[in-house]
Amino acid sequence: MSAPFFSQYGSEIATLTVEHLWLTGAAILFATVLAVPAGIWLTRSPRWAKPVIGIANVLQTIPSLAMFGFLLPLPWLGDRAARIAIVALTAYALLPILRNTYAGIRGIDPTLIEVAQAIGLTNRQRLFMIELPLAASFIFAGLRTATVTCIGIATIAAAVGAGGLGELIFRGVASVDNRLVLAGAVPAALLALIADSALGLLERRFRVSPPESIRQ
Amino acid sequence: MSAALQFRDVTVAVASGRQLLQHVSLAIEHGTVAAILGRSGSGKTTLLRTANRMVVPTSGVVEIAGASEIDLVGLRRRIGYVIQEAGLFPHFTVERNVGIILEAEGRPKAQRSNRTREVLQLVGLDPASFAHRYPHQLSGGQRQRVGLARALAAEPPILLMDEPFGALDPLTRSEMQDMLRALLHRVEITVLFVTHNLDEALYLADQIALLNEGKLIIDMPRDEFLSSTKPEIVAYVRAFRRAEDGVNRKAHPA
Repeated sequence: MSAPFFSQYGSEIATLTVEHLWLTGAAILFATVLAVPAGIWLTRSPRWAKPVIGIANVLQTIPSLAMFGFLLPLPWLGDRAARIAIVALTAYALLPILRNTYAGIRGIDPTLIEVAQAIGLTNRQRLFMIELPLAASFIFAGLRTATVTCIGIATIAAAVGAGGLGELIFRGVASVDNRLVLAGAVPAALLALIADSALGLLERRFRVSPPESIRQ
Repeated sequence: MSAALQFRDVTVAVASGRQLLQHVSLAIEHGTVAAILGRSGSGKTTLLRTANRMVVPTSGVVEIAGASEIDLVGLRRRIGYVIQEAGLFPHFTVERNVGIILEAEGRPKAQRSNRTREVLQLVGLDPASFAHRYPHQLSGGQRQRVGLARALAAEPPILLMDEPFGALDPLTRSEMQDMLRALLHRVEITVLFVTHNLDEALYLADQIALLNEGKLIIDMPRDEFLSSTKPEIVAYVRAFRRAEDGVNRKAHPA
């Protein structure tokens, strides 16, 4: 790609990258706000775990283009393409975060949960002092999967006019201009890689040292 | 004056109808160390856990210093709890593990830190070298000491211990028993502990309770227990010694 290409498209690439980040960021934020509390609630009412995780699973299997299409005719949502994109991306991000929050907390050694109760921690203290910190690396792993998936799927949001780096890809495909396709695809891939390693760092940072074991 | 810990006609039944405990009545006076002996499945741990309401009796009551209805969290904070695997929180340092009840009560950091150092010394750990370690950096015996320090940190009037030294090697176990015995002479506390080791019970306890299939069959002072010719006691002691000999024979075949 030449210098004239960048002087022509540089600022657009930058704008679309910011747009891409905003769509993905908003979706991840919404998904986290929904899925982490939902995951915690499921650990308290495990009989709901199967159906709720099942629904999130089904959402995940809807092809992304179809998902954007389904949301298009809905009132309020259909008025602004970005809304559709954020709702669809949120739906895709729910499952990994929900599943990992649930599995992360359920996977804690039951002895520790029991001790937390027996020494007189309140339910709230148990959640914030013991369960969430011990499940944190799991939850970040879910967040990582969700983010990387969303950055990829967000490129398709351009199909409904929501913007983002998919814009360049679709335009490149339509005009058979590989430079434009790459101008959209490479930054999207870089975003995914950066998000993956940054969240990977967080995941490792919160990983708890080998479980306590009395047997040597 | 009422007993520090009193079980009145406590029965615990599970959903299938099987009774884990049957009409157990037992009183433990202030400052007494009581051991519950019995085979696996005799209901020892269940009885212990009714004291801090980790198990709720199907019928009967458990009174703590005369009171049976207090808020659960408050009640549990006034009862130290030690279990076999120590149950230390792996993401907390020794200091935070020991001070967790004080932290939960909202005590200031300086006070927590002072008290933590005090109890670590009490259980024979040097705060300077242990306070900042994590549980996985400790040996089994050290973890158990930290578990005991945590249970004592909030100065509870009652201490429950469930097989506290059961998972330790014999040498460490005997060291821990000595440490605990010395500690119990210095701290004013009522202790109820579960063990299946007769010698441990005789070494540490003033009062011995023997459970068999959910029923309390013996409750007497230690000295009386030693000299008793009651058939239940004789049978238990004989069975215990025979099992111990069996282990020794396996370890040192002739």
